[in-house]
Parts: sequence; C-alpha cells; structure tokens
Amino acid sequence: MSDNLVIAGKELSSRLILGTGKYKDFETMRAAHEASGTEMVTVAVRRIDIHDRRKESLLGHIATDRIMLLPNTAGCYTAEDAIRYARLGREAGLSNFVKLEVIGDEKTLFPDNEALLEATRVLVKEGFVVLPYTNDDPVVCKKLEQAGAAAVMPLGAPIGSGLGIQNPNNIRIILEIVSVPVIVDAGVGTASDAAIAMELGAAGVLMNTGIAGAKDPVAMARAMKLAVEAGRLAFRAGRIPRKLYASASSPVEGMLV
Amino acid sequence: MEILLNGEKTVIPDDSTVQALIAHLGLQGSRVAVEVNREIISRGRWAEHLLKAGDLVEVVHFVGGGEDL
Repeated sequence: MSDNLVIAGKELSSRLILGTGKYKDFETMRAAHEASGTEMVTVAVRRIDIHDRRKESLLGHIATDRIMLLPNTAGCYTAEDAIRYARLGREAGLSNFVKLEVIGDEKTLFPDNEALLEATRVLVKEGFVVLPYTNDDPVVCKKLEQAGAAAVMPLGAPIGSGLGIQNPNNIRIILEIVSVPVIVDAGVGTASDAAIAMELGAAGVLMNTGIAGAKDPVAMARAMKLAVEAGRLAFRAGRIPRKLYASASSPVEGMLV
Repeated sequence: MEILLNGEKTVIPDDSTVQALIAHLGLQGSRVAVEVNREIISRGRWAEHLLKAGDLVEVVHFVGGGEDL
C-alpha cells in the first residue's frame, strides 16, 4: 500500500517538500518541519560570514537523519550563476540533487525558461538530478523533461504570493504530457491550495512562505501535511464528475402519496 | 600574503593550504564548499591545494532558503 514519491530513485513517504527560509527562528522551523512530516527541505548556498563564526548553523536545526537536503540556486539570474551555485551545493551537501532556479524578473520572480533549459542540459550532463522550478507552461515542462530533468516544478502562482493554483488547466495538461513527477512549487497560500494541487494529480507540493509566513507556522505545517495527504487520497480515489443538475441520493420509491 | 576571501581582503600565512584556511576559520567538519579562482576545490584536495597571494577564495555553506531565497 505504499504510495511513495519517487524522484530519480529516491523514495519519499511525504509528498510535501519545504523550504528553510523566512522562519522567525530555527526552533520554529524545526517544529514546522516535524509537524509537516517532510522528508526533503530546500537550502540556499551563501558565503560564510568570516567575521562572525558564532552564528548558529542552519544544519544543526534540520533532522538530517530523516530529512534530505535539496540545495537550490535561489537568487541566480543567469544559467552560468545557477550552474556555479549547483556545483557548490553538491560539494557542500554531498548529494547530486539540485532545485534549479534561474530567475528572469525581479518583480514577479518568474523563471527565465531559456536559461533554465540551458542550465538543465549542462547539469544533467554533469550527473546532477535536476529539479527545475518553472512556469506552468506545458511546452517548457516537456522540453525540461527532454533535457533530462528528473521532475518538473511548475509554479502555482508567483513565489510568496499565496494566490493558490492560478491555472489548474495548465497543471492538468503538464500532468498529461510529462512522465516525470510534477511538483507544484510556489504560490500555495493555505491548505486548500495544496489539496487542489494534489487532487489535480501533482506528485507533490513544495512550499516555504505559506508555512513560514503563517501566524502559527507549526499549525500550518500540520494543516499542509493533512491537505497533501487528503488531496492525494482524493486523487487516487477518483472524484465524481461535475454535473450541472442535481441527482438525488435518496430513493424516490416508497415516497408517501 | 593577501587573498580575497568572500570578497574581503584577508591576510593569511604564506603557503597556506585550503585545509589550513578552513581550520583557521574554525570550519573543520562543517558542510562547506570552497572555490579558488572560480574552481571548486573538493574536500579531498584541501590538504594539498596551496593558496597563492591574490587568490579569489569563496567559502560557502547552506543558509535558510525556499524559493527566491
């Protein structure tokens, strides 16, 4: 009865992938990770502060015995930079998984798909398991798959916007035309958004702000866990078709005349 | 000798290896990655890789990040 998410052979029993940014403190982050049941979290690669080595390290607050680190290339605006960050992340994290982001516009944080494809091709050749963050564009997702991406991560809405799945039909089409896992990444504002992504048939959901920015991040983490599980179950159960008119649930036979 | 460490001019002993620099920074055993003049020096090569004056050295680690950062 196992229903694991499998990415390039890596099995995860939770279909919820979380970030590690924007939490008010590490303790809250750790508790949120715990409550969410996540087994994979994204981390960013940055310079060490050479003047203040006493700063607490992030990794001391991630249960790395059961949570896999997924280095990202956040903040990169060119393929070249993203490739450089991916290589550094692999070296620091000792894993060849990378969440590839190449941003094309500062205001919307929409991906630069041309540079994303280029970086995907290079990194796949270097043996990386590439998980690219992309627009909800079926053609781009198909091209990323053909370039060797191990999953595609279309956005539901702009990063941090909390708008939910803005174009469920595109997500549906993406799910039809690619065979690698489709993980909805970005835009999730509340539990129903995550459930909708999973009901559409997404393999998983990646979020950060929706949990870290909630008034009670730990409670929201649990809500997201339940939403992802509920959405997945509903998808597997097979929903009833939408119809315009009612169909009674109780028999007409035996009514008093 | 002087190197550029994470964008800042830094004086270190002549003939320092990457290993010595990492130890000097108190980072032994930490999950860090090192780049010298844009080339990654993998952990296995730290002990043998000698730094030169003027080297551009980057020492990075993981920080909290989700999307955009």
